[in-house]
Amino acid sequence: MKEKKNVMPALKRTMRYIRKYYVLLVLSVITAAVSALLMLYIPILVGDTIDCIVGTGDVGFERIAALLTRLAAVAAAAAAAQWVLSMINNKMTYGVVHDVRNDAFAKIQMLPMSYLDSHPTGETVSRVIADVDQFADGLLMGFTQFFTGIVTIIGTLVFMLRINAKIALLVIVLTPLSLFAAKFISEHTYSMFKKQSETRAEQTALTDEMISGIKVMQAYSREKQTLEKFDEINDRLEKCSLKAIFYSSLTNPVTRFVNNMVYAVVALAGAFSVISQAGAAAAFTVGRLASLLSYANQYTKPFNEISGVVTELQNALACAARIFELIDEEPQTPDKTGADDIAEIKGNVGFNDVYFSYSPEKPLIRDFSLDVGAGRRIAIVGPTGCGKTTLINLIMRFYDVNSGSITVDGTDSRDIPRRVLRGNIGMVLQETWLKSGTIRDNIVMGRPDASDEEIIAAAKAAHSYGFIRRLPDGFDTVIGEDGGSLSQGQKQLLCITRVMLCRPPMLILDEATSSIDTRTEIRIQEAFSRLMEGRTSFVVAHRLSTIREADDIIVMKDGNIVETGRHDELLAKNGFYASLYNSQFAE
Amino acid sequence: MNIFGFLKYYKKESILGPLFKLLEASFELMVPLIVARIIDIGIKNGDKPYIIKMCLLMLLFTFVGLCCSLTAQYFAAKAAVGFAKRVKHALFEHITSLSFSDTDELGTSTLITRMTSDVNQVQSGVNLTIRLLLRSPFVVGGAVFMAFTVDKTSALVFPAVLPLLSAVVFGIMYLSIPLYRNVQQKLDKVLLRTRENLTGVRVIRAFCREDSERTAFETENTALAGIQKYAGRISALMNPVTYLMINIAVIVLIYTGAHRTYDGYITQGAVVALYNYMSQILVELIKLANLIVTVTKAVACGKRINSVFAVGTREESTASEVPAPVGDNAVEFRHAGLTYKNAADEALTDISFAAKKGETIGIIGSTGSGKSTLVNMIPCFYPATAGSVLVNGVDVKEYPKDALRSRIGIVMQRARLFSGTIRENLLWGNENATDDEIMDAVRIAQAGDVVDGRKKGLDAEVEQDGRNFSGGQRQRLTIARALVRRPEILILDDSASALDFATDAALRKSLRELDYDPTVFIVSQRTSSVRSADRIIVLDDGKVAGTGTHFELLENCAVYREIYDSQFRKENA
Repeated sequence: MKEKKNVMPALKRTMRYIRKYYVLLVLSVITAAVSALLMLYIPILVGDTIDCIVGTGDVGFERIAALLTRLAAVAAAAAAAQWVLSMINNKMTYGVVHDVRNDAFAKIQMLPMSYLDSHPTGETVSRVIADVDQFADGLLMGFTQFFTGIVTIIGTLVFMLRINAKIALLVIVLTPLSLFAAKFISEHTYSMFKKQSETRAEQTALTDEMISGIKVMQAYSREKQTLEKFDEINDRLEKCSLKAIFYSSLTNPVTRFVNNMVYAVVALAGAFSVISQAGAAAAFTVGRLASLLSYANQYTKPFNEISGVVTELQNALACAARIFELIDEEPQTPDKTGADDIAEIKGNVGFNDVYFSYSPEKPLIRDFSLDVGAGRRIAIVGPTGCGKTTLINLIMRFYDVNSGSITVDGTDSRDIPRRVLRGNIGMVLQETWLKSGTIRDNIVMGRPDASDEEIIAAAKAAHSYGFIRRLPDGFDTVIGEDGGSLSQGQKQLLCITRVMLCRPPMLILDEATSSIDTRTEIRIQEAFSRLMEGRTSFVVAHRLSTIREADDIIVMKDGNIVETGRHDELLAKNGFYASLYNSQFAE
Repeated sequence: MNIFGFLKYYKKESILGPLFKLLEASFELMVPLIVARIIDIGIKNGDKPYIIKMCLLMLLFTFVGLCCSLTAQYFAAKAAVGFAKRVKHALFEHITSLSFSDTDELGTSTLITRMTSDVNQVQSGVNLTIRLLLRSPFVVGGAVFMAFTVDKTSALVFPAVLPLLSAVVFGIMYLSIPLYRNVQQKLDKVLLRTRENLTGVRVIRAFCREDSERTAFETENTALAGIQKYAGRISALMNPVTYLMINIAVIVLIYTGAHRTYDGYITQGAVVALYNYMSQILVELIKLANLIVTVTKAVACGKRINSVFAVGTREESTASEVPAPVGDNAVEFRHAGLTYKNAADEALTDISFAAKKGETIGIIGSTGSGKSTLVNMIPCFYPATAGSVLVNGVDVKEYPKDALRSRIGIVMQRARLFSGTIRENLLWGNENATDDEIMDAVRIAQAGDVVDGRKKGLDAEVEQDGRNFSGGQRQRLTIARALVRRPEILILDDSASALDFATDAALRKSLRELDYDPTVFIVSQRTSSVRSADRIIVLDDGKVAGTGTHFELLENCAVYREIYDSQFRKENA
């Protein structure tokens, strides 16, 4: 039901995209009508020609020549119209699809982080890719077959009625039979297809799980048992697939059977009319019978096609609705204009009475205030879920505060364009992300114009130079999606190199070295210390050993600051920080 | 190996299916003949009973045709589904036998798509081929043949036009198939960029790359639309051109027919019949064109599946007997080295050490120093590319695979559980373990509270990938799984990383007290996890940087001391 409801607005939105191509649309309708009518005219011409061939010594050659010349012209025109029609539809469909995809992607760049965090990636990807594809198929089929189909049906009816009204009515009454037959079968195969897709999903789940865990499976020599389990599902799938495929494949032969019956009835009735009207003035001739038979054959085709198109279009519009839902999503609050002139950020960060929560029923950060002077090194520690990463989300403006404000050099960060703000902050997250491309592409993300010397210097500082050099093509080695075969630690080193190259005035390190061994970590820390000289930095870490050097340690618990101070002071206090710190040495 | 070879199990169906289809087509081919008779005999003589008889005959043919067609559909479905089942079985079996380096190279996500969507494509290809591929040429050929029986001279048009038609159909296909492959590749790129922009949104925004990503996407998207339009333009030629050619043939046919009728060789009905046969060819051509797209796709997917079968060149150990142990070393590395496939450099170089039965060996080193690689060579997941690895004094390559692996309990870095119950997961270690034995292993792995904490105990449900358990719980259960086996060699590959220090210590203590005294390998980044080992191997950049006890290494191994200091430095200060 919900899908039905979405169809109308989706259709309207689609029309708005098509409007850009309205000239093409008008042309498409016209050529569709022209080509359908021309193609319908051909059986008439053939029928008339055949009527000139009566028997031995009785053939009207002159008229035949005239008729056949016309036939050639009509066929050529019809073919040309058909070709033009396909080209127009092609251009229109892929144009619309191109526009829709661009809009969808542009919207992804503007969506608030809260949307992206709450919607699975696969779902959004499938909207931009699979749904748009389905939409394109439906649109193309719709353009090509809908108008032609309608014109053909009406045209056929008119031609048939003109040739012989009685037989035409007979055809009109009989054809729905094949539609009923098709509908009857599809209704009954629905449950079989459902069973098939359920079993198939079960098999995919097993395949997915076992192939993902293939190394464990092999370590425990479970190949045989897993295969048995797989075969059990495979056997069941075979049985229900066979049923579903066989029963659904009945549609074609059965409708063809019905159509053939109609054909036989038309032949019978037609032949009788020819005999009974023999010699009359506007006689029903053999040629007419031939035309009529060919129409009877043609008449059912567009019906089947249009019912196919309607299903396809409904499906396409349902897909379109899902894409438009994405495109119409509320974008993040736009940047304030006129604040571009903050050229140099020094790095004073202030939190003033900040309140924030992801969902209203679970308050997270309450009444948070803190002043961080330029060049200070701040460490944020606390148990899982205490709001450390949230603070970073707020500084970067991935999320905006619910109330209160965050200031940078005294300006409310919401008044600073995002690109200016973020351009001044270097960020390394625990969850590494690399794009597919070369190592160099990944490192220069923040500074596309960096020279080779600068890149190498950054790599050396981040201790990634060693392993990069050992890759087959060094900095030009292509890595697959999300880093491909690099280890987790190596990926983190690359992300650190990326920031080392930028040298922004503010730094955020969120568990940036969690997958790196402690020895390399210390060396990187040293590099960071040099880099952080004079820069404001926020460091989140689980390993308390990595944050001892901070100017200020902020200990958080349940969204609040519970303690602040230097490492030694906090230990001396013997409070929450001290208990966190000591737990790692318990043995 | 060619998957289409699996069709041989469905010889009967693959032959009978098309045969029945042909039968149906033959009955269809009779229809124009009957119409010709109705015109030439029935109408000419005003013989109504004859016309009725002929129409009834037409209905009978149609009905018999329906029966043949249903039989053919059944055989086609049976062959296609059975074929797909066999392909999937063989493919799954093959994939599970792939070596680790083959799996690394192929990537699991491709293997999953090949196992699912590719096989489905091939299945529908086979189904349609049996149903239609023979039918269309037969109907075309049959129509030509029948035309000749009607009148040889007029029918000469058919053999003249057919090669031209085939040239057009296959020519357009030949041009468009590579274009469609190109479309698919461009679409893959658009998909990749969309995915990346979603998974990497924080980084992209942090580096203000939104605009450049959008420009890149638009370029790729425009390229996609361009190639789609181009491919569409080429294939849009198919219908108009064939349509025009058929109509020209019709003109020639009717013109010749007119002369032949005038000369008294044929009748008016015969001309109608010839025209009908030409129309049938047109209809079949359109069907054939649609079918060919599906078949091409199926062939492409079949090739992708074949390429998986082609991988798997690993030297299967031919040994069938378990070799007798030699000496008292449980594990020995003799100048062993490993170069990963397609890697420029060795991941491990010249590793030599020996572990006596019952010893505990610690392995420590920095990120990427080769710790996991080293332990993965013991069960021969990656065979040594230089030197050799010995278990019980015999080269691991000389063991039957299962015999080797059944002696070893390995707990991998990524704790992986499978959907089912806790018991089912733990039984992987040893199918015949009793509940008491399982619970013993669980307690040793410090997972007692994990099992007891669930209402159903060992029968508690495990969701896919064990996602209803926390990281630490998963780690302890995977350790228990290895212990259920009572292995001769136990390998813990950084598998206590999610455990707190106290649990980690308790685990190590209970491992030391195991009554069957296994040789234990502990891989870790924490010096505290390995300090009590009998021997510690320090790896640096794929080479051994030092071997010895904790105190020996503190004395004389700079790398070890650095690691130790990085963790405990401030306490001494």
